[in-house]
Amino acid sequence: MSTDIIPISRPLFALVDVNNFYVSCERAFNPDLVNQPVVVLSNNDGCAVARSNEVKALGVKMGTPWFQLKELAKQHGIVALSSNYTLYGDMSNRVMTILRDFSPHVEVYSIDECFLGLQGLGSLWPIPTGIGQTIRHRIRQWTTLPVCVGFGTTKTLAKLANHIAKKQPSFNGVCDLSTMPHEQFEAWLSTIEVGEVWGVGRQLSLHLNAAGIKTVQALRATPPAWLRAKFGVVMERLGYELRGISCLALEELSAPKKQIISSRSFGQLIDSLTELSESVASFTSSAAERLRRQNSVCNAIQVFIQTNPFREQDKQYSNCMTVPLPNASSDTRLLVRAALFGPKRIYRPGYAYKKAGVILTGIDSAAVHQESLFTLHGAGNRSAKLMSVLDQLNQRYGRETVAIFSVSKNKPWMMQQKNRTPCYTTNWQDVPIAYAH
Amino acid sequence: MTIIVPVEPTSESTLPVLQRAKLDPAVCILPLLQHRIPGGFPSPADDYVEKELDLNHYLVRNKAATYFFRVIGNSMTGAHIHDGDMLVVDRSVEPKHGHIVLAVINNEYTVKRLYACNGVIELHAENPAYPPIRLREHEELQVWGVVVGTVARFIV
Repeated sequence: MSTDIIPISRPLFALVDVNNFYVSCERAFNPDLVNQPVVVLSNNDGCAVARSNEVKALGVKMGTPWFQLKELAKQHGIVALSSNYTLYGDMSNRVMTILRDFSPHVEVYSIDECFLGLQGLGSLWPIPTGIGQTIRHRIRQWTTLPVCVGFGTTKTLAKLANHIAKKQPSFNGVCDLSTMPHEQFEAWLSTIEVGEVWGVGRQLSLHLNAAGIKTVQALRATPPAWLRAKFGVVMERLGYELRGISCLALEELSAPKKQIISSRSFGQLIDSLTELSESVASFTSSAAERLRRQNSVCNAIQVFIQTNPFREQDKQYSNCMTVPLPNASSDTRLLVRAALFGPKRIYRPGYAYKKAGVILTGIDSAAVHQESLFTLHGAGNRSAKLMSVLDQLNQRYGRETVAIFSVSKNKPWMMQQKNRTPCYTTNWQDVPIAYAH
Repeated sequence: MTIIVPVEPTSESTLPVLQRAKLDPAVCILPLLQHRIPGGFPSPADDYVEKELDLNHYLVRNKAATYFFRVIGNSMTGAHIHDGDMLVVDRSVEPKHGHIVLAVINNEYTVKRLYACNGVIELHAENPAYPPIRLREHEELQVWGVVVGTVARFIV
């Protein structure tokens, strides 16, 4: 009698990451920007959240405020763009769709990063760098976006491999730590600072440095048990991950959020209750939309308002209030009605407000939540139908086409985005021009 | 919305007796039949229902690689591409001789027919009023994508 033993393949992870994602998206539809120094600014055009390589070479750090950059920008012709999240979201979806062709196990880690689980796909892709180059080439061809791919036997190692691929041009955008000869592997890890390890923040890396652990190799050589005793179980896991023992599994399904925050600094300071209420209603609407997208309901809503703490010459005030809902709901009308109690109660005249926001809490799945005894039978259905129509209208004709509690056309609290590019891929009015002349 | 109106408690009772709630008949709507019950015979077509036609399926082969562009100009009228038309551009199709392509010329997107034969690479207009664009030696032609369709809407 013979028994066929199926060999168990070892885990293999890839991390795919788009280089300078926001800038690369902008360049996709604007040939003028290629080889130009470009920065993308945060909400309200505050600070640089993405930099092209040319800007990085000028020594501009991530998060530098735009007003500090203006002089340098004039000197070097840096193009500054407002962030166009509609475009970035669409391009991100395209990248993730392409990646799903390479593996059924996909964890979308952020807007521009994605883990792939490749365990058991060895016969399809015998050499990791081979699939890496194919991924790079296909994403580049189909979307114009440049990506780097890192491979490792754990997610932490895949992330490090990606870091090496990005920093070392000799790797041609793909680094595989899983098949690298041992000496070479250790040599690379000794060149990388411990702060680059996934999950090691600035504070932790200071503590590690104090304990004499400066490089990734040093962290890897530290016994995991000691790490646990000194820093806790999360650090122990990192230790094991660096040793090639996978402790962090692929999270293919994102868990529904337990809290939804919608908040923004205003484009201008505002002082009237009407405008404040309007902004709160708008933030609540977008939070409610996100709540419905994950099929959840919430039972309380917290509203906060604040002045600008950086304007020391101004009187300062900030306050918040939690408004409970009689029944858990995701109906924008009910949520806005509840949220508007907030500014009504905590608003004080005579202050210049800079920021407001809402936080939905007590979030539960819409399927399991208990109906109230006193609601009309079927009212929930009608509300769900109305809300789905509302969402469809706003998706089709643009955000806030149908809004609740919207008074003025001119909204001083809206985001300041002076230099936003068109929504090339999601709005018929904005598609790029092809010249036939 | 059902409104329940509490009745004033009577002063004689000393024990905390829960009072009966009184329903306000004017605002108390009782839903009786909320579901439609279909009458008549079931449709004989039920078993034969197929998905309706979707222009996306007709025009788009590869959604992740497809982009839309609006045409300005008349150099491609011979290929039935007119001013104001919407181009369907697929970046996953490899450009070949004879394809209508979107090329990047002087940092602009230009729609032309690709002529690539015997080492000669040219971009041809489909309108005698426009001369072809010939690439000089060592000049690189940057093809952004291949035009796989056009869509036009008429004013009605």
